[in-house]
Amino acid sequence: MIAVINYGAGNVASVANALAELKQDYIITDNEFEICDANKVIFPGVGEASFAVKQLHKLNLFTVLRIVKKPMLGICLGLQLMADFSEEGNVTCLGIFPGRSIKFDNKLVKVPHMGWNSMEIVKDSKLFNGIKNGERFYFAHSYYLPETEYTTALSNNNVKFTAAMEKNNYYGVQFHPEKSGDAGLQLIKNFVML
Amino acid sequence: MLCKRIIPCLDVKDGRVVKGTNFVNLVDAGSPIELAARYSNESADELVFLDITASAEKRKTLVHLVEEVAKVLRIPFTVGGGISELDDIDALLKAGADKVSLNSAIVKNPNLISEAARQFGSQAIVAAIDVKHTGNEYKVFIKGGREETDLIGIEWCKQAAELGAGEILLTSMDKDGTKSGYDIKFLKELTSAVTIPVIASGGAGKKEDFLEAFNEADVDACLAASLFHYNILPIKELKEYLDASGVIVRI
Repeated sequence: MIAVINYGAGNVASVANALAELKQDYIITDNEFEICDANKVIFPGVGEASFAVKQLHKLNLFTVLRIVKKPMLGICLGLQLMADFSEEGNVTCLGIFPGRSIKFDNKLVKVPHMGWNSMEIVKDSKLFNGIKNGERFYFAHSYYLPETEYTTALSNNNVKFTAAMEKNNYYGVQFHPEKSGDAGLQLIKNFVML
Repeated sequence: MLCKRIIPCLDVKDGRVVKGTNFVNLVDAGSPIELAARYSNESADELVFLDITASAEKRKTLVHLVEEVAKVLRIPFTVGGGISELDDIDALLKAGADKVSLNSAIVKNPNLISEAARQFGSQAIVAAIDVKHTGNEYKVFIKGGREETDLIGIEWCKQAAELGAGEILLTSMDKDGTKSGYDIKFLKELTSAVTIPVIASGGAGKKEDFLEAFNEADVDACLAASLFHYNILPIKELKEYLDASGVIVRI
């Protein structure tokens, strides 16, 4: 059973649809017991960081996500919320990964960073099985996490940023695998197979 | 590097596609699901569904359509047409749409942009703006082009961006349906005036029109309807042409 965290800040429908296509059992939940019982956790997210963190506190999910021992995949804002801090609303996040999410400079690039961009793999990861280096994924975000020691893939939008990261049982992707065609579905499948 | 995007637009009414019924190779030309799947296979980067339903059941049918499309489509899609309330946006995004496009409602109530951006994130809010050359300037039109407003095109685009729209979908009414190319002059002015992505709409008739919009006007995406609908220009052929011309596209 895969728990898809529903905290009012994520497009859970598309993640659920992708899991259904992969014929996986999933539960859309904001309940910490159900999260603890699941074999895997998907932590989606769209929208504003400080609002999302507030929602996690309100639903009493902040701690359980920090200590969950099952494989957990943060998507888009989910990835950013797994880092120490976000400058979007200046909010302390889960602190699983080091680093601060900062905004793209709109003097240099268009913001949001919206559309298909390529991913440069910098470290092996089981998430990338069957996915070629340089594969394109769909991004839609204004803030980004710079490269850290846990970064497994980078993308370039005038500045290089973390496209994917991994530490122990925690995984994060800045792009939307559930919206990235066949390669995205492959990545979700890889996570499911971990 | 970020790719330039090609976006087919589908007009839907009562949950069915209303354009494209003459398309010969489709088994069921009226099914948004099948058209969505076809475009996705042809390497469209996103889709836009423009709902022109006028009935009282509008919201229910549109939410149902979005749910069905989201089940099969693995690329992003935008829904627009008569959306005027935060509750509608919420229902459509929850059903699986990635973005909503807002047009007449934000002209009447510009704060809807900032409220929606705050609640759902800028990346989910597309300001759809229709402009037409009248006298010496471009004026903004609403209600599907039927009603002229006092707003100056470029000023309204800038305001929409400042209020928190994540993209501008700019339709040139002068160009729409002419197949004489996008409105490069206005688009050029627009992309230098705002720092959010711009989608060009209205006027595409041939491959070169897309290249001109990307190269001359620096737009981020090009939208077209009939050209793709009737397979006058297959998306794959267009993308191969753009790629060979040095434009970064996803093939």
